[in-house]
Amino acid sequence: MKKSGFALIPVMLWLSLFLVVPMLIVVGISFMQRDTDGNLIYTFSLDAYKIFFDSLYLGIYWDTIVLSVATTVICLLLSYPLAYYIARSGPRRQTWGLALITIPFWINFLIRTYAWVLLLRTQGVVNSLFMNLGWISEPMQMLYTKGAVLLGMVYTFIPFMVLPIYVAIEQMDRRLLEAASDLGASPWRSFWHITLPQTKSGITTGAVLVYVSTTGMFVVTDILGGAKSSMISNIIQTQFLGARNWPFGAALSVIFVITSFILIALFNKAMTSRYETVKEGRV
Amino acid sequence: MRTRRSPWLGLHSLLMIIFIYVPILFIILFSFNDSRLSAEWRGFTLDWYVSLFDNDHVMDALENSLIVAVISTLAATLLGTLAAIAVRKVTRRLKLSMNGLMYLPIVIPDIIMGLSLLVLFRLLGVETGKTTIIIAHITFSMSYVYVVVSSRLAGMGKQLEEAAQDLGASPWQTFRHVTLPQITPGIISGALIAFTMSLDDFMVSFFVSGPSSTTLPIYIYGQVKRGISPEINALCTILILVSVTLIFLAQYMLNRGKGQKKQKMLPF
Repeated sequence: MKKSGFALIPVMLWLSLFLVVPMLIVVGISFMQRDTDGNLIYTFSLDAYKIFFDSLYLGIYWDTIVLSVATTVICLLLSYPLAYYIARSGPRRQTWGLALITIPFWINFLIRTYAWVLLLRTQGVVNSLFMNLGWISEPMQMLYTKGAVLLGMVYTFIPFMVLPIYVAIEQMDRRLLEAASDLGASPWRSFWHITLPQTKSGITTGAVLVYVSTTGMFVVTDILGGAKSSMISNIIQTQFLGARNWPFGAALSVIFVITSFILIALFNKAMTSRYETVKEGRV
Repeated sequence: MRTRRSPWLGLHSLLMIIFIYVPILFIILFSFNDSRLSAEWRGFTLDWYVSLFDNDHVMDALENSLIVAVISTLAATLLGTLAAIAVRKVTRRLKLSMNGLMYLPIVIPDIIMGLSLLVLFRLLGVETGKTTIIIAHITFSMSYVYVVVSSRLAGMGKQLEEAAQDLGASPWQTFRHVTLPQITPGIISGALIAFTMSLDDFMVSFFVSGPSSTTLPIYIYGQVKRGISPEINALCTILILVSVTLIFLAQYMLNRGKGQKKQKMLPF
């Protein structure tokens, strides 16, 4: 099959036409204007970006970043011990543990978000339970709050964090741990100086996946946050499907992708520099 | 090596598994609850499943979802498998750029993929509907097929193919009788993943669907925004069951065959 390189052509054409080109068009549109009917005016303009610097949208984007960072941090703190436990279990428990954390990954996030509506609504499971127990006399308002959105995001994206960290812990060189313990390092010290630095790649992958996915997820805010709590992804979605201000929606998308890249780069750098200093003063 | 673990670690893990599963279990439980709105158990019923099958909107959405999933799976499996096989024989540089291109749909946020496809279709004057959803699904599904089939190909090594060629088999004979039978489980596994992804996709479909091409997840979204309903619980339960079964089947297929390195089904 000498000429098999030709077999790549259909796939490359497909991905160029339906993935690369559309994204380049979106970048192009972000530098255009629209007329009052929502049609594009094909002249260069920075107007779409200027709208973003309105305090309203800056505020929404700031809220989105805070929410995404909070989701990422909480997911990391909850996931690491879980991934660690599964990766260090015996083979049988490991298989089960892995299956248990992989399954939710394949259950539609729409369904998993909806589950929280059942639990959190005024006549929902939590309120009924607490009232029957006599802990509260009036139902609590839990749905359509920022807390509900944060909970929903953490819940939705936890598998994205557990799986890469699990892989990293499973693949790390265990002999280093034995060496450290032979040399008298405490478990906590070996964790801090060996396990954590060695599983850095898993943490980074997980953090990137969770951060980017949270920022792009308009469904959770829609369903658990109600109309009041808009995130940047809700604004983007409205520009393309409702308001028909494509240049503005495109500009927001570009800003979303670029700020994600910057944050990811900063995060990567912070992780690397921390471990560089650790390496010098190793155990 | 089993290290000593603090009991807190086990307790934390147990609580996490409960946290992950309890909400899902409540959907399943309420789909059998004999009450429209109550959060309390009022007895077992199958009414909600029955009324699901009497609901024309649900049946239309199901039909759309299945049409989209079947066609996009076939196309994505063909394209993804072709690429995974072909990429082994090309230069390292081309291989790297191909891998980069193939991972794009996996790493790009769904919302960006959805809206850029919407823009493309609008500019080309293409009416959004089932066809555009199918195109979108092929685009992200073939990456997953590519990844799964590639890992199967990497796991099998090149010795058997080389042996066949040394014994005088033509490239086509080698492919037909040596390569293909070995990667078939990988192809089936990739196809099952593609089918599940298509059936489950909401974000991308939401942007490129038309008024008459509502798929099941889009239908669920519309209903959920209006509030809870027992029919939706039933529909969600069925979808959960279908997705989980398909994924277990995919995992099983991936590990079938002798001498294969055991692979874990991870989505990336």
